[in-house]
This record gives sequence, structure tokens and C-alpha cells, in this order.
Amino acid sequence: MTIKFSEDHEWISIEGDIGTVGITNYAQNALGDVVFVELPEVGASFAKGDEASVVESVKAASEIYAPISGEIVEVNGKLDDAPDTVNQSPRDDGWFFRISISDTSELEGLMDEDGYDEFVKGLE
Amino acid sequence: MTFDENIQKTQLHALHVELGAKMVPFAGYDMPVQYPLGVMKEHLFCRENSGLFDVSHMGQAFLKGLGGEDVASLFEELVPGNIQGLKPGGIRYSMLLNEDGHILDDLMATRYAYAENTLYLVVNAACKEEDFALIGKALEGRAELTRLEDRALIALQGPKAAVALGRLVPDVMVMDFMTALNIDIDGIPCFVSRSGYTGEDGYEISVPGDRASELSRTLLAMEEVEAIGLGARDSLRLEAGLCLYGHDIDDTTTPIEGDLIWAIPKRRRLEANFPGAEVILNQLSNGVGRKRVGILPDGRAPAREHTIIQDLGGNDIGEITSGGFGPSKGGPVAMGYVTNAHSEVGTPVNLLVRGKPMPAKVAAMPFVEKRFYHKSKA
Repeated sequence: MTIKFSEDHEWISIEGDIGTVGITNYAQNALGDVVFVELPEVGASFAKGDEASVVESVKAASEIYAPISGEIVEVNGKLDDAPDTVNQSPRDDGWFFRISISDTSELEGLMDEDGYDEFVKGLE
Repeated sequence: MTFDENIQKTQLHALHVELGAKMVPFAGYDMPVQYPLGVMKEHLFCRENSGLFDVSHMGQAFLKGLGGEDVASLFEELVPGNIQGLKPGGIRYSMLLNEDGHILDDLMATRYAYAENTLYLVVNAACKEEDFALIGKALEGRAELTRLEDRALIALQGPKAAVALGRLVPDVMVMDFMTALNIDIDGIPCFVSRSGYTGEDGYEISVPGDRASELSRTLLAMEEVEAIGLGARDSLRLEAGLCLYGHDIDDTTTPIEGDLIWAIPKRRRLEANFPGAEVILNQLSNGVGRKRVGILPDGRAPAREHTIIQDLGGNDIGEITSGGFGPSKGGPVAMGYVTNAHSEVGTPVNLLVRGKPMPAKVAAMPFVEKRFYHKSKA
């Protein structure tokens, strides 16, 4: 299993031709208490960089972008009732959606874990 | 984020930084938006215990009447409230109006009991320069405005505020809501008002700036007290149905549109001698086109400021002016303006959130029960 990161603080974990997408611990910490997540429809198609979800914290709304192009195959319904799962378990239970990977070359533009850690250090 | 070298700091700035606050520019000041606890927990803590807020950015001033005329009567030339009716130590919420009856700022006025013919005023930070200039000019030669720049202002709000402050100075526990007292707290000369802007019981404490940090530390050391930032201050006042100037009321809204009729008592309506009285009294008699109302979304998605409100037929009928998540309400809460025909509590409306209509209803405010302290009911 490979995990990659975007500069918008999303992670995508790749298994076969399916990627599971969520936000990083840095992102959940910056957002604060998450109170609502608007998830995409299963079957919706996105191009890399499209707005695929919206996460609302007590403070503000933030867009979540598709880190790669593809079609939504599953969404995390648990977030409807327990949006704070994003704060408690951003890298695990707090995933947003699973997307079919249509172009594996797009993954090459994303960072690996060490690269992302460096990227975050540069922001602090 | 851009660094603004003109940004001001309150007397508690170093304490906020020490406490680990996230600082943001607000009304020209570098202010704490939240502390490590976070907005949600700060909000809930304040409703259950008590929260300490730095509101030193707000404008404090004394207005002293010169000559024989009552300063309250002079101040009534600028505001529609019953200021003359204030007993010594009494506090009123009121508004500065322009000649069109539009609101220039909202404020608190206290009849200060410790100096002759004097009011103590607290106005919003973002408006204070204009407000004080306007008051000074309008009453030139008849009243003297003295800004209290060397004073900090701390709010202690919540059901345990009286226990916490009462531990230092028991006399504050039996102060009536909307009254004020000069009193020493731990040897610090303070001017304490039993008031606030969270819908909870509590105090606003005007304290010499050089001792604000000392007093704050003493209060923060108590288990009932946590520091609360601007984020939770906003969600607390929104749940309480209280207006934020510049958002829910401004210089395009009148007190009638803003549902603040209660702040214009009968005597002032009859006298009709405040700025914009003609416009406002006409609105009182003939109604207004739009009104500020509470809005409760049916779903979980918060509707933020500037969200368009539509009727069920898809026609625009207004706009959200404050909206977000109410931690005590446990869901989204909002207020905004709708056309008069849609202002009745229970009216179904749609909110255009990210282009999609989301069902909501016009709702009564406050969204949480107010818990002020009234001596007569104690």
C-alpha cells in the first residue's frame, strides 16, 4: 500500500486501482473542530484539482480537492453523524471518499510521507 | 498573512501569546481567536463554567456634562434609549444613529455613580474613533469626552462567573444584572459591570491596563475559569441572538429592521428627538420591508454570512448576516434579514449553500436560554 500527499494537505492511500482520500493531521489541526463534511455523490467524476468535498469547522468552510482524477466509488457515511472523526482519526477512520484511479501518472506529482513532512516544516 | 506594523496590542497581548493563543488581526488589534482548548471546547466551557475574554480593544470613555444640563439628556440627542431613566450605576444598551435612522454603532452606557454628571461608555473597537469623534463634536462645549486608553477591559462570563469573581470580592455576587460598581479586586481598583455579550450571567471589568494581566492570571488560576478567544465569543453571542455590529446591524439598517425596537422606549418615541426619528417612527407605524430574524437550518450544514435566503419558490428574500455552528445548540444556527412577509417564526425557507438549496426555518432567538442574574428572582 502506498500513501501520497498533496500540497492541499490531503492524503491518498492507494490499493490496486482505488485511492482512499482524507486530510492530514496538520490540516485537521489547522481547521479546528470539524462540525460538518459535505461528501461527493458515489458515481461522480472529478478531474485532479476539482472541489470534491467541503469540510466545515466551527470557524469556516474549506474545500477538499480531488488529488487525482477519477470516479467516486464509496464515501465515508460515518462522517454524517460523527464529523469530529476527522479530528480524532484524520489518517484512519476519518477518511472522506474512495476514488477509482484513472491515470496512475498523476500519482507521480504527489509527495511521499517524508516529502510532505518537509513541506509542512517549511510552513511553520 | 501580511505583517501590519500598525497593528495594535492590548495590555493582555503577552499573556495571550504565553497561553498559546492563535493570534489574528481584528479591528486593528492583534487578538486571540482561540487558545489551545479550541473554539468548540472554549464555547462549551464558558456555558458550563466561566470564560475570561480580553475585550480591551473596545472603546471606553467618560462623558461628563458641563454646566447644569444632565449628561444623560445630552447623550439622548445621539441615541434613542432611555438614558435619563438610568439610576446611578445603571447600564443600558443603546445605539448611535445617523439622520437616516441607520445604526452607526451599538454601545453600553452606564450612569457613573462616582463622578458628577458622568456617563461611562463602551463602544465597538472598529467604530471607536468615529464614535468618539462624533460624540465629542455633537456635544462640543456642553459635554467633555475623556477616552480611557490606559484601561483594559476583561469580560468574565458564564454560570460560575459569580462564584469565581465572588471568591475575590463577595460583593459582586449580589450585584443586579445591568448595574455597575467601583470596587477593589485583590487590591486593584476596578469598575465592574454585571453585563456581557454571551447570554450568560457575568461581568465586564474595567481595570487599569498595567494591572490587567495580574487580575487575569488570578482569575485564570481558578478551576472555573478558562481563557476564551474571539471564535467562541462569536458563537456564544450568536446562540444568544445578539447582534454583531458590522454584520447583523450596520449603517444601512435601522433599529426597526434590526429587531431592536425594545431599545427605543415609549418616552423617546413620543419625544421623537433622536437622530432619524422621523424615519424610525414611520417604520414603527407603517412597517419595514425586511427584518432581522433567527434562522435554523434543518440539516447539519452551517450557513455562513452572505448566504442567500430564498422562499420555497426560489425567489431571493434575504441574506444570512451571521451563521455557523452552535456548540451548545449542537447544530447550525444563523441570523439574517428576510422580507417582512417571511419573517414569522416557523416560515420555511431555503438557504443557498454552495449553490444548493438547503431547507431551513425562521426561528425564535435566542437559540439558548438566557441566564442573567436578577436580584428580585434570586
